[in-house]
Amino acid sequence: MRLDRLPLAVLRNRYVPGGWDVLAFVLVFAFFVYLAQAARGLTGSLAHLEATPISLDPHALVGYAARTGLRMLVALACSLLFTFTYATLAAKSRRAEVLLVPLLDFLQSVPILSFSIVIIFFVQLTPGRVAGAEFAAIFLIFTSQAWNMAFSFYHSLRSIPDELVEAARNFQLSPWMRFWRLEVPFAMPPLIWNMMMSVSGGWFFVVASEALTVGENRIALPGVGSYIALANDQRDYAAIGWAIAAMFVVILLFDQLIFRPLIASADWFRLEQETGQTANSPWALTMMRRSHILGMIGRAFAGALRSGMRPARPAAQPVRAHESRGSRLADLAWYALLIALGLLALWKAATFIRGDVPVGEVRHVIVLGLITLLRVAVLIALASLIWVPVGVWVGMRPRVAQIIQPVAQFLAAFPTNLFFGFVVSAIVLFHLTPDIWLSPLMILGTQWYILFNVIVGASAISPDLRYASENLGLTGWLWWKRLALPAVFPFYVTGAITAAGGSWNASVAAEVVSWGRETVTAHGLGAYIAAAQSTSPPDLPRVVLGTVVLSVFVVTLNRVFWRPLYARAERKFRLS
Amino acid sequence: MNAVAPLSLAPLLDVQGVNKSFRKPDGDELVVLENVNLSLRPGEIVGLLGRSGSGKSTLLRCIAGLDPPTGGAVNYLGQEVLAPAAGITMVFQSFALFPWLTVLQNVQLGLEALGVPEAEMRRRSLQAIDLIGLDGFESAYPRELSGGMRQRVGFARALVVHPSILLMDEPFSALDVLTAETLRSDFLDLWGEGQLPIKAVLMVTHNIEEAVQMCDRLLIFSTNPGRVVSEIHVDLPQPRHAHDPRFRALIDRVYVEMTVRPAAARSSKAERFPGTGIGTALTHVSSNVLQGLMEAVNEPPYNGKADLPAIAQELHMEVDDLFPAAEALQLLRFAEVEGGDMRLTEAGLQFARDDGDERKKLFARHLITYVPLAAHVRRVLDERSTHSARKSRFADELEDYMSEEAAEETLRTIISWGRYAEVFAYDDSHQAFSLENPV
Repeated sequence: MRLDRLPLAVLRNRYVPGGWDVLAFVLVFAFFVYLAQAARGLTGSLAHLEATPISLDPHALVGYAARTGLRMLVALACSLLFTFTYATLAAKSRRAEVLLVPLLDFLQSVPILSFSIVIIFFVQLTPGRVAGAEFAAIFLIFTSQAWNMAFSFYHSLRSIPDELVEAARNFQLSPWMRFWRLEVPFAMPPLIWNMMMSVSGGWFFVVASEALTVGENRIALPGVGSYIALANDQRDYAAIGWAIAAMFVVILLFDQLIFRPLIASADWFRLEQETGQTANSPWALTMMRRSHILGMIGRAFAGALRSGMRPARPAAQPVRAHESRGSRLADLAWYALLIALGLLALWKAATFIRGDVPVGEVRHVIVLGLITLLRVAVLIALASLIWVPVGVWVGMRPRVAQIIQPVAQFLAAFPTNLFFGFVVSAIVLFHLTPDIWLSPLMILGTQWYILFNVIVGASAISPDLRYASENLGLTGWLWWKRLALPAVFPFYVTGAITAAGGSWNASVAAEVVSWGRETVTAHGLGAYIAAAQSTSPPDLPRVVLGTVVLSVFVVTLNRVFWRPLYARAERKFRLS
Repeated sequence: MNAVAPLSLAPLLDVQGVNKSFRKPDGDELVVLENVNLSLRPGEIVGLLGRSGSGKSTLLRCIAGLDPPTGGAVNYLGQEVLAPAAGITMVFQSFALFPWLTVLQNVQLGLEALGVPEAEMRRRSLQAIDLIGLDGFESAYPRELSGGMRQRVGFARALVVHPSILLMDEPFSALDVLTAETLRSDFLDLWGEGQLPIKAVLMVTHNIEEAVQMCDRLLIFSTNPGRVVSEIHVDLPQPRHAHDPRFRALIDRVYVEMTVRPAAARSSKAERFPGTGIGTALTHVSSNVLQGLMEAVNEPPYNGKADLPAIAQELHMEVDDLFPAAEALQLLRFAEVEGGDMRLTEAGLQFARDDGDERKKLFARHLITYVPLAAHVRRVLDERSTHSARKSRFADELEDYMSEEAAEETLRTIISWGRYAEVFAYDDSHQAFSLENPV
């Protein structure tokens, strides 16, 4: 072996500090100071927290934004851990799959606000301390982030190309090594995209996750969400403006420090083996690659990971292609157990609800669900009419798309509560019908998913198709009908599914709206759940009833409407 | 130097009576491999040759321990292979490189899994990279490489763990002709010089020329179910030249062996043609290819009767393209195939002479008369007052006889031939057959 001929890239591990090191050092140091300060906040007592109320002073917002950002980060880490375990189990075990996947489907449809019935559990974990309330807040953010990430990871694990799996087995990779060398890298690009969506989702419910109600008490954890809640109470438009600015800065930091580098490195993970266009490398990634300190930390981490990759001892037990009779019996027993547990849960829930809720009210709740359904349907239709043409226009112009996409992403993170002031004032001033004029709030955050996806679809139209349609003289409506609409349709359906699901979820936050002492309520399932929840103590049977009905609506619609539509779009409009 | 291996050497690999079947959704068994026996001795390259769907890739996966057989046994050095074994590695048709790892990291993969110390791992990987001609590409990602370079990474990755047996699953078929040729001869040079750390090679291919060029022994597979029907020893010295008459003679022999039908089916004229029930699986061949093939055989110098190797070379068709097409023509009674030759029937000659509508009419007549499934579809459509029928209706029927994928392909074939012949129409968005053509 001629070591002198080793390429530079292999030998580069002498330590020479450089300019990027200084920047990396400053950032890492700042991060540790930030963690330490936040941790001190955790150990404080609730009484102390109540004695220092939230201040609307813009200077206080810096600290609040830092706290909110950290909560999001911790929740994101928890979501990632959940994703790696839950989705892996669902993808690897056929028996676990039949339980975990429908459960995830259900959890995804449960409005985040319904999870707030578990706040009391967390607060009681550490009586009198802030930590319990912080855990509750992080849990609520987690519930707005985790499900779609887990779904994305599960789908990726199920779609790893056969030959890569075979190669991994042929070279006897241990399960741990296979996870880090094959499964995680393969799942990374869609997972990162879902993490970005999750962070937007977390922001959307930031108010609900920080301003908590526990029995008689209201706990306002220091953060942007509590700040917005207070600003709404005090009808302070200026404070709302400051909150928007703070949110913008935190989202920008997340984008620059976490997501840009992740996206750029995930570009290498893509399976298509053509030489992709090399986008300019984000500065944070350059820092990570150039900085020797970070490089050393990274290598140490990789080494630790590798030491976990113990060689797989050949599995001695024969793996037969056909399953034995015994394993089929075990299958039967498992399904029987699941069915029994399901029936038990159903019976429990039914008796729990029946104790307080008359049968007639169930019918009433279903009618409320239909009202909300009508609202969602009309809004999605309207949003589609506006955003599909805009998305196609933008998608055809890469330069514009580059500017629009981050803006739309920022808008998707906008908590509805920021608009309460304008909407309530307008409704009261002009004597408008809340049933109609509160509705737009439901779709404020979610309509952007339609726009995102249509942009992606339009930019994916091959230049050949565009030239061909130009060459054939397709113009006006014919151009839309024959080229643009069919080309973006599968992408549009993906966006519309997300938008519709999100709107159902948002109905709980958007059908009852307060600005100062003024409260405006629309009829609908969201308002029903919100009302049951805001009594003290919360009316648990009604929260559960409303949540179950809402979930049934969402899951059923997905099954009977969206999925067939998506399958059809996939079949009909994708070439090859 | 590897042309003739001494027979006294104990086999490295011994495959005894291997069966492989899959269970279909309705509980029936679908037999893919039936009673396959083969052995691999040190110093030889053995080729598995057969048409697509003959189960040769399945056999390779049984041997690799990726998908154990349902009956019989694979023994490697006297041990039964039930899971991937350390001494057997594989080179994949689609390379199967991890796109997120560099060339060096890809090559290191197998060593990493074995827990080889870092320094040793790097030394051996760089050695393998060097050997296989990838110097300078250590830090490149697979997507920066051409197909040929990618497959070199595949070879280096498989060789670096010093296996005894190298399995190759159509390793050159995803490459262009020139690149494949270069890679083949590089491989043969290294093998001939004894530079490769392997003892024997088992390769799957559907390229007859490649098989004759590389292998010491060829095993020919039949289809449905996969069985070894004959064995050919190639005792030409390396390097072998495609223009050598002995080389050509061997190629002819392989064609002859591959077009021999089982003795039982040869008794009467009617049974010479396969596909007598609706349960016959069809391989999709475009009507364009059928037309082109008949025209080519009709023209001089063949004038209605062509040597398959010659026509394959002229039309640049590989076994996987040529045999299904020849079989389809045979099924439609446009040609007879035997002894490595293809002869057009009267109808086939007529078809080649006709043009446009006449052709379609002739094709339609033969399709309805000789392809029972086409007749069946047409009959169902005629009988129904709506003159339409769901595709799933026929898929369910076919799945009594074959796997889901085979049923899907068979229907695709029937749809494409039926459309060409204008015997019936098919609407993909409704997944339904009908009698009216869309306006």
